Amino acid sequence: MSNAKEWPLWEVFIRSRAGLDHKHCGSLHAPDGALALQTARDVYTRRQEGVSIWVMRADQIVASDPAHKAAYFDPMQDKIYRHPTFYQLPDDVNHL
Amino acid sequence: MNTLSEAVLLGPHHLAYLLRLADGALILGQRIAEWCGHGPVVEEDIAFTNIALDLLGQARLLYTHAGQLEGAGRDEDAFAYWRDEKQFFNPTLVEIPNGDFGQSALRAYAYTSYQQCLWPALERSQDLGLAAIARKSRPETAYHCEHLAQWILRLGDGTAESHSRMQQALETVWRYTPELFVDDAVEQAAAQSGLGPAPSSLIVQWQQGTSALLRQATLSLPAATPCAAAGRQGQHSPHLGALLAEMQSLARAHPGAQW
Repeated sequence: MSNAKEWPLWEVFIRSRAGLDHKHCGSLHAPDGALALQTARDVYTRRQEGVSIWVMRADQIVASDPAHKAAYFDPMQDKIYRHPTFYQLPDDVNHL
Repeated sequence: MNTLSEAVLLGPHHLAYLLRLADGALILGQRIAEWCGHGPVVEEDIAFTNIALDLLGQARLLYTHAGQLEGAGRDEDAFAYWRDEKQFFNPTLVEIPNGDFGQSALRAYAYTSYQQCLWPALERSQDLGLAAIARKSRPETAYHCEHLAQWILRLGDGTAESHSRMQQALETVWRYTPELFVDDAVEQAAAQSGLGPAPSSLIVQWQQGTSALLRQATLSLPAATPCAAAGRQGQHSPHLGALLAEMQSLARAHPGAQW
C-alpha cells in the first residue's frame, strides 16, 4: 500500500463550542497542511462539532512504545504516597 | 419569513431572474454530485459532495421563494423535476460534462467565484427574500471558492501531467464564462427594478480574482472568445437533456413519492 507518492497522514484535533481544549477526533490523508485543515473541516465538523481545528502530521508525533508499558507505567501502581490523600486539610480548604 | 408571503413579483422578468440563479445552483450541484462515491480520495469525496449539497440548498431556497412569489402553487420539486430542458435557465457553463476532477473543480470555481461577486450585490436586492438567501449563501460560497482554489493551485502548479490537463481544462471551461456577464433583457430589467446587479458590473471583480489565482497556478488564461452560449435563455447544449433525464427520472416515475 505505502509508497512515496502516498499522501501523509494527519491527526485532527477539534475544539468544541463549549470546550476549552482541542480533543483528538481522528485522522485523514492530505498532501499538505492547508488541504488537511480544509478536509478536516469537511470531514469532522459537518454537524457543528467544533469552532477550532488543529491538524498535525502523524509522523511528527513522538509516541511511547506499547512494549515499554512495564517499564514506563506499571511501577506507579504501588506508589500510593504520590496521591495527595494522606493530608489532613484545614476546614477552610475542604473543597479543594 | 413573513416578508416572503407578503412579497410580490416586481415584473415579468422577476421569475426568470430567480430561476436563472436557482437553476445555476441546481445543475452545478447535480454535476458535482456525480462525483459522489468517485472522488479522487475519500476525504475529497466528502468535501466535494458537501459543496454539491450546499448548492442544492441554495437552489431549494430560491425555488421555494420563486414559487411563493409566483403564487401558482409550484413548489421546489415542481421547478426541479417537472420542467423540461427549454424551461431551464442555467448558464451553459454549469451543464457541460464534468471531465476529470481538475476540470470539475475548475468549472465549479468559475461559477462559485461568480456567485461570490453576485451575493453581496443581491444582499441589497429590492426582493427581501432574495436578499436573505444571498446573506445565507455568501459564507458558503466563500468556502467553496477557497477550497476549489486550493485544488486549482495544486493541480495547475503540480506535475507536468497535472499542469497540462489543467491547461486543457481551462481552454474547455473558460469559453463558457462570458455568458455569466451578458446584460440581456432579463438582466437589464432586473437591474432597473433593483432586483440585482447588471452582470457586466461584476466582470472586472471576477476577472481580477480568477486571473490572479490562475496566474499563481501557472496557468495561461485563454484568449477571450465572444459569448456563444445562451443557456440562460433556455437554449442548451445536448448535455443538459441527459442530465435532466437522470435527475428527474425518479420523481417522474413515482409522482408525489415521499421518503
